Amino acid sequence: MKYIIGLIATLLVLISTSSFAGSVDTYQFSKPEYETRFHDLNKILRCPKCQNQNLADSNSMISQDLRKEVYRLMEEGRSDEQIIEFMVMRYGDFVLYKPKVDNVTYFLWYGPIGFGVLGLIILSIVVVRQRNKKANAGGEQEQSNEELSDKEQQALDNILNKNK
Amino acid sequence: MIPELGSFALMVGLAFAICLSIIPLVGVGTNNLTLVKYAKPLTFGMFAFTLLSYLFLTTSFVTDDFSVLYVASHSNSHLPIQYKFAAVFGGHEGSLLLWVLMLTMWAGALALSSKNIDEAFVGRVLAILGMVVVGFMLFTLLTSNPFERLLPNVPLEGRDLNPLLQDIGLIVHPPMLYLGWSGFSVAFAFAIAALLCGRMDAAWARWTRPWTLAAWAFLTIGIVLGSWWAYYELGWGGWWFWDPVENASFMPWIVGTALIHSLSVTEQRGAFRNWTVLLAISAFSLSLLGTFLVRSGVINSVHSFASDPSRGMFILMLLGVAVIGSMTLFAFKASELKGTSKFEFYSKETFILAGNVALVVATATVLLGTLYPLLVDALNMGKISVGPPYYNAVFNPIIAVMVVMMGIAPVIRWKKNKVGTFRSELGLIAVLSIAFGIAFPFVYGGEFIGWVAIGMGLSFWLIVATLKNAKNSITSPNGDYDLSRPTQSYWGMVVSHMGIAVGIIGVTVVSFYETQLDIRMDVNDSVHLSGYEFKFEGMKDVEGPNYSAKQGQFRVFENGEEIALLQPERRVYRVQTMGMTEAGIDSTIGRDLFVALGDPLDNDAWAVRVYVKPLINLLWIAGALIAFGGFMCMADRRYRAKKSAAKEQTPNMTAPIASNA
Repeated sequence: MKYIIGLIATLLVLISTSSFAGSVDTYQFSKPEYETRFHDLNKILRCPKCQNQNLADSNSMISQDLRKEVYRLMEEGRSDEQIIEFMVMRYGDFVLYKPKVDNVTYFLWYGPIGFGVLGLIILSIVVVRQRNKKANAGGEQEQSNEELSDKEQQALDNILNKNK
Repeated sequence: MIPELGSFALMVGLAFAICLSIIPLVGVGTNNLTLVKYAKPLTFGMFAFTLLSYLFLTTSFVTDDFSVLYVASHSNSHLPIQYKFAAVFGGHEGSLLLWVLMLTMWAGALALSSKNIDEAFVGRVLAILGMVVVGFMLFTLLTSNPFERLLPNVPLEGRDLNPLLQDIGLIVHPPMLYLGWSGFSVAFAFAIAALLCGRMDAAWARWTRPWTLAAWAFLTIGIVLGSWWAYYELGWGGWWFWDPVENASFMPWIVGTALIHSLSVTEQRGAFRNWTVLLAISAFSLSLLGTFLVRSGVINSVHSFASDPSRGMFILMLLGVAVIGSMTLFAFKASELKGTSKFEFYSKETFILAGNVALVVATATVLLGTLYPLLVDALNMGKISVGPPYYNAVFNPIIAVMVVMMGIAPVIRWKKNKVGTFRSELGLIAVLSIAFGIAFPFVYGGEFIGWVAIGMGLSFWLIVATLKNAKNSITSPNGDYDLSRPTQSYWGMVVSHMGIAVGIIGVTVVSFYETQLDIRMDVNDSVHLSGYEFKFEGMKDVEGPNYSAKQGQFRVFENGEEIALLQPERRVYRVQTMGMTEAGIDSTIGRDLFVALGDPLDNDAWAVRVYVKPLINLLWIAGALIAFGGFMCMADRRYRAKKSAAKEQTPNMTAPIASNA
């Protein structure tokens, strides 16, 4: 029965020219947890031919086929990893919204950690320099900039330069 | 005739912009105040003629002048009138013209309301804005003229607007977004002007801040509207896809957020000046980069409806000039802007800076994820996709750090805080937050989920810490409450931060607790989901002005009582023969019930997708709060201060700059 439904659905899609319509399958799952896994997998697999849509949101022919494949593999008892492996074998890394960690994507995955570390370093340099500045400048001159006229400011500069 | 006038008006506007970008600077250079004073009239002229040009294009749309290529490709005589107005920016050429219009509008507003700002300084700022306008106008006129004619073979009918764009969300969303993006050019112009004259004091920050806040608030509205539109119009209930085009608008927003905070420190403490300038340059550059990504066609996206590779080069050139030019200037002049204040480790400055760093790291991460697939492809190392699982893994931890800072920064004092006081103030709240975070997933969902605990704990932390601080702020020394004690911009901060907390709650709950059902439904079938019963009562045929639709009738019951009638549609637009789903949604503050139609099956049965999305409306409320807080800060009285305060300083435009410390 489900194959007949699938066939009819496929035929109907062939007729319609829609691109943003319909991506509902009415599969019957033999185990309830399969359904959640099915939805989760469709969300992280990319439709290989669409603009930028996952399998769950896309209604292209190829997405329908791939969803059917996911369903079939799942009912065969394959694990998520095996299903993902299968898809990558057929369509390349492009189908994965979560790229694998390999020598191409090292920087992608570890870059953010690098940014974080860099940020921390800059932050600590600024903060430490601030504290040292206190020792150098000594005076209580602070942010009162806008209350000083230019002459006063210059006078102040002179004093500060002398101190250095 | 009308299109030619439009084209001509735009050229006149360009002439004004060219004059604007030269004359005031010459005036400043030669100390000729008369030339400097030309800046404002030139700005008004530039704005007037751009507006004229835009109105001419609108006229072509309203009168269905299909001899204009752009109108013929984006409109149709049966298109409802409100969408004809929206169709003006429904494609590349028109949206570019809107961009330019917004930019000149900002410039005009600045010229109009800058009576209390030093004339020479405004001249510089307007001149730089003029340069940006020149770049975009040249881009429009040379590569994407919306007034191009289809002569002599004038089509009888237009190809119609993309049905996805025929929606109220798309009437309001682009103008807001462009107001935000182009508004950052004002902040950019202020920053460059500061570099040019080496002057960047508290007065400078006070002039810049309201403009930046306004741009940021508009961008917030634009992004949230886009997300809302994707949610109900794209059809499948998603609201954020980490799509490159979304990232393109999101990156300037994050940097803009850092910028408004850094600006507040520059204004109140005179610190972080270089950092502020750098952020202003970055926000503008990222806006340009976003435009490049969206318009050049180098990326695949669900949002970009008009892109053309040949135009990419031009924007890339603009981007190059802007970035290299301003960075060079920065390298030479930054040392003149050294801050004058000092602060200890336990101080507001440190924690605002830490939050700022987190925001910049977040931006860098989003940028990396957006550009990485392009780089890998360009280097022939294969094709990869970077999507939501990646961003969720790397973005969320960074934002978590930032939210921790958001709780501390308002509480702690400027410059120096005693270690003990803020620890005792926040320690209890921190403990409570952790307890609340851990308890929430058990109570709400019955099982522990780490990210839910983190999200809810952080929201609790942010809300309680902010409210506690607000309570302290309104308490006068003798113990009375007085709401007018803190400034309006303080309340703006409170409202925006609350918005962030509300948003995190919404995102967390809807991401982890929404329920979904994909199911075949025969007429009079019922399904149950999260305590609601959805009954399918069959289909109706509905005729729209330019589409035909099948409309499903779903009655929803809760505890046997009917609470809603949902009418999702499958539409076919006649001209573009494109199928569209319109979801049926019933909203309350607590949840959305969402039904979308899939494909028709045998015996009048349909494939149906049903969602129950708890607390999703908090996302839109959060967006409104964040933007409203921004506008509150912007409207603070001190930014409308009298002439006196600002005018006293540097009446002489070539005055030496204070470069102490």
